[in-house]
Amino acid sequence: MRSLLVPAPPHAVRRRPTPIARTALLLTAGGLAAGLAGCGAAASTAAPPTSGASTTAPSPAAAGLTLTDGWVKAVPSGMTAVYGTLSNPSDHDVTVLSAASPVAGMVQLHEVVTVNGAARMQPRTGGFVVPAGGSHQLAPGHDHVMLMDLKQPIKAGDQITVTLSLSGGASVQVTALGKEFAAGNESYAPSGGASMSPGMSMSPGMSMSPGMSMSGMSGSPAR
Amino acid sequence: MSTASRRQVLTGAAAGAAGVAAGYGLAAAPGPAPSPAPVPPGAAGERVDGADTVPFHGPHQAGIATPAPAHAAFLGLDLRPGLGRDDVRRLLRVVTDDAARLTQGRPALGDTEPELAAVPARLTVTVGFGPGLFDRIGRADRRPASVAVLPTFPGEHLQERWSGGDLLLQVCTDDPVTLAHTVRMLAKDSRDVATVRWVQRGFRPARGSGPAGTTMRNLMGQVDGTVNPVPGTGAFDAAVWARGPAWFAGGTVLVLRRIRMDLETWDAFDREGKELVVGRRLDTGAPLTGRAEHDVPDLKAVDAHGFPVIDDLAHVRLAHAAVPAELMLRRGYNYDEGPAADGTADAGLLFAAYQADASTAFVPVQRRLAARDGLNRWVAHVGSTVFALPPGCAPGDHLGQALLD
Repeated sequence: MRSLLVPAPPHAVRRRPTPIARTALLLTAGGLAAGLAGCGAAASTAAPPTSGASTTAPSPAAAGLTLTDGWVKAVPSGMTAVYGTLSNPSDHDVTVLSAASPVAGMVQLHEVVTVNGAARMQPRTGGFVVPAGGSHQLAPGHDHVMLMDLKQPIKAGDQITVTLSLSGGASVQVTALGKEFAAGNESYAPSGGASMSPGMSMSPGMSMSPGMSMSGMSGSPAR
Repeated sequence: MSTASRRQVLTGAAAGAAGVAAGYGLAAAPGPAPSPAPVPPGAAGERVDGADTVPFHGPHQAGIATPAPAHAAFLGLDLRPGLGRDDVRRLLRVVTDDAARLTQGRPALGDTEPELAAVPARLTVTVGFGPGLFDRIGRADRRPASVAVLPTFPGEHLQERWSGGDLLLQVCTDDPVTLAHTVRMLAKDSRDVATVRWVQRGFRPARGSGPAGTTMRNLMGQVDGTVNPVPGTGAFDAAVWARGPAWFAGGTVLVLRRIRMDLETWDAFDREGKELVVGRRLDTGAPLTGRAEHDVPDLKAVDAHGFPVIDDLAHVRLAHAAVPAELMLRRGYNYDEGPAADGTADAGLLFAAYQADASTAFVPVQRRLAARDGLNRWVAHVGSTVFALPPGCAPGDHLGQALLD
């Protein structure tokens, strides 16, 4: 039970978004697609996908980096996120610098940070560093590969491919399995164009805030 | 936490409080004898088998030749209108992935309750294809001949709500919490492609309540399932595993019948009559011509008056495989959805028979039983389904891949 004498600071209270907050989220999400159009084009240069094993290494320099337990939230349209475990069995750190996928017009590497108690997702400066002999988790509410401007629905059981561009110039192709995942469902795009990614908004331990937005994105709300 | 261990903790806590009081200057006063300390879970040689797993990958699907765990849920699904082969492939891919993880005690991808995946307790997930699925996915030519709507048998009272289905998900485990979580995950991952037509839940004796391999009793009190082929034998392989069509080799045909028992009128029947109707003793399960459960019934034996010891209409006589092709693996589960408002039972058996070819096994045996079995007075078949259970799969593949490709 919350104390009546000591009001919690506004950003410290975990709560479901109020209708107003939800509207703000929707606008933010809607604006995302519009605002992103001019950003991050560098991430879109993709090697053509190949079929086969869940992880292939097109170049020796990329040898070993894998995404295990890769999955992607099923969404009808808009945007979604890829999760899993990046593992690097090599003896030197490997950085994932960018990503691309045939199912998305744009792909970004995102992190989720908490600012004044509000969860914000933003492009991860410097990419994902996967330490030598170690791993790096991509999970709802944390780092993830953001697929935007989806060209097709992502359905449960779909197998999508993502090409990760690595430090040193190599790239590696990984796959993720479509899974139904409810978190973040209260966000959708009023314009029908984009939806908020999973995990951003309703991850346990993260607070909701009307101000939740993607820093670095200058897009204005869709109208 | 079980009731017993919770109680132990509570009494332990109380004893602890008394002990503290005693320590503060009351040592000389007679008080309650100190109780043993609370027993932590898993202490004192308690057998914990929730971590036991059944391999998922292999030439045959798990959940058939593997010993039957205590709890089961059978889900019949219908492919949504307008969907086809690609959608079924998606379903099989994600169900296979879920099953491969959950059966090994690992959470499914995107599992919102990963802790509920930690106790597999011999969890198996088995997938099947109903007769109608083959048409829907453009594979009518690959449907095993006996995977079809069964012929009508006299005396059955089939209800639509327990019959049919395009897809089967069979989930078995010793832990009902694990069962609930697994069914939940599978339902979430398949509802985009299929709707739930029926769910049938059943149970067998708890693991450890008797020696492993004990034949279960049904809710009429009968030892049920004595004559079963033994996994690992040639007889089992011949009886259970299909040899074709090519994609189906190593699969099996499941006939799942919901058999309602009229326990009220069964109650009114005397014990001697009950044994005569079945042809076995109620206590030991031994045939009326033998002494032990697994004694082979002597169907030719006659009593002093020249009457057959095992009646002409006795269940064991009519159910007895007349030829090897009639052998099937029976791996059923009890169900109990009662009592109803008036206190009467709603119970019976989920009769699950696995066979290479239903047209040479279940169908001829059931023809005999439906026509003459003395037990028919107290049982009624109210549900009927047939599924092709494809062979198992290797890591990286999904169940049914050879059918779809």
